[in-house]
Amino acid sequence: MTNAQYKSGSNLEKKLTAGHFVVTAELGPPKSADADLIRKKATLLAGNVDAVNITDNQTAIVRVCSLGVAKLILDLGLEPIMQMTCRDRNRLAMQADILGAYLLGIRNLVCLTGDHQSFGNHPTARCVYDLDSVQLIRMVKDMRDRKVFACGEDIRNSKKSEIKEPRMFIGAAENPFADPFEFRVMRLQKKIEAGVDFIQTQCIYDMQRFARWMELARDRGLHERCYILAGVTPLKSVGMARHMRDQVAGVILPDSIVKRMETAADPKAEGVRICVEQIHQLREIKGIAGVHIMAVEWEEKVPEIVKESGLRAER
Amino acid sequence: MIIAERKPITEIKGYLTGHRRVLVLGCGGCVTVCLAGGAREVAVLAGLLRIAGEATISEATIERQCDAEFFESVKKEAEACDAILSMACGVGVQMAAQIFSSKPVYPALNTKFMGTNDGPGQWSENCLACGDCKLGIFGGICPVTRCSKSLLNGPCGGSSKGKCEVDPEHIECGWQLIYDRLRTLGRLDVLEKIEPPRDWSKTHAGGPRRLLRTDVANLI
Repeated sequence: MTNAQYKSGSNLEKKLTAGHFVVTAELGPPKSADADLIRKKATLLAGNVDAVNITDNQTAIVRVCSLGVAKLILDLGLEPIMQMTCRDRNRLAMQADILGAYLLGIRNLVCLTGDHQSFGNHPTARCVYDLDSVQLIRMVKDMRDRKVFACGEDIRNSKKSEIKEPRMFIGAAENPFADPFEFRVMRLQKKIEAGVDFIQTQCIYDMQRFARWMELARDRGLHERCYILAGVTPLKSVGMARHMRDQVAGVILPDSIVKRMETAADPKAEGVRICVEQIHQLREIKGIAGVHIMAVEWEEKVPEIVKESGLRAER
Repeated sequence: MIIAERKPITEIKGYLTGHRRVLVLGCGGCVTVCLAGGAREVAVLAGLLRIAGEATISEATIERQCDAEFFESVKKEAEACDAILSMACGVGVQMAAQIFSSKPVYPALNTKFMGTNDGPGQWSENCLACGDCKLGIFGGICPVTRCSKSLLNGPCGGSSKGKCEVDPEHIECGWQLIYDRLRTLGRLDVLEKIEPPRDWSKTHAGGPRRLLRTDVANLI
């Protein structure tokens, strides 16, 4: 395939198109203007993953913007996947940032609803939600394929100038563990119809429910219409396991996993071991195109997880 | 109807500092029904202010404070006061301020939302007055109001066991309600259609809204 035949030409798109089992990881920007920390995290991930998600004010806490960090790691030779939520921007700001991100060389964009501001450090802020994630996906696709803004105008500076559209490889999230369960696959289908190229799931601990969700997705042929990357999050401690089980809406963490963490002599090592086992299980599920490792403030474990999962040689 | 709640007494007293004669003015509309600013609540608040003893308090309740015509009966009383404490919603307070243009008018209530009465002492928000009603699509349940993020294309990842992650104890997931209702109606197909971005210019985002009905205006 020549470059012109790709939607965006990103490495992620090329690898997925070629049928490689891809690995993406998450890099959480710091809550300060600390470029060294970003570089340190990027160095840990370099050579271990195909692309790196840069979160956008995750958990509604102010951090370095995803666009800035995406550019920073791009300059370090990594491929960024810029995340964009609907919480903080209206359609004007979104399109402006997408144009800017494209100019700076960013080619992957994940479109998200965004955590509600009540969970973060500015709970009295006003949220935006001008668009929802499905509408954002459609807007990014229309910018790329129809070369128009959300208002319908061509993406050109004046009537006489050339159209120059931003060409993004479009991602989204989906959560097989939220309710209504039967609606989750329908929502994935909506995202595909809106124009999504790949999705990354919420972190998976309940393998049975995930397998059932994938079955429903395959029944609708959805695994052939977008690349599905299975999300995993290694558990750092017993406390984290309990917190994820009891406190985090939209995460299902079986008691058996909590028990394994509780009885382990070295819970950190056990967390990594569980994660590696999960990746092996996920690779067996038909329709999974890769894994997305969300090691929350634990990026240093990603190389080990990738190596132990046998994914290193493929990078 | 419009649901309101009385402000803390300390805040109300703060407004009245320095005033010597105050009219506590109730409203016979929504705030009477939701037990926040009708004649009974006026009597209670007037009593509390009298006990505080910092000003002479008079009280009155008119049919509605959102209509200028109902103020006629209290004009004389208001003239004799140096401040008005309105127990209407924010709409009524502003109308009172317009009528009593030379006197300070203070709010005694916080206007909360438009909602339903869900039982004794319980109300919940059901309409944001977005100006472009889509209830016909969503089975009679409003995603703009009932979903914490006003999502139009299905629930976010924070919907769990029918509850919204923003406050699982008190907020039901609007999208779970929509899903259940459309399933009952046999219309889940509706949810497969992508709902386009909203025209927010029909909301307050387009500036304060006005309505002119010439058919009505021409009658008079």
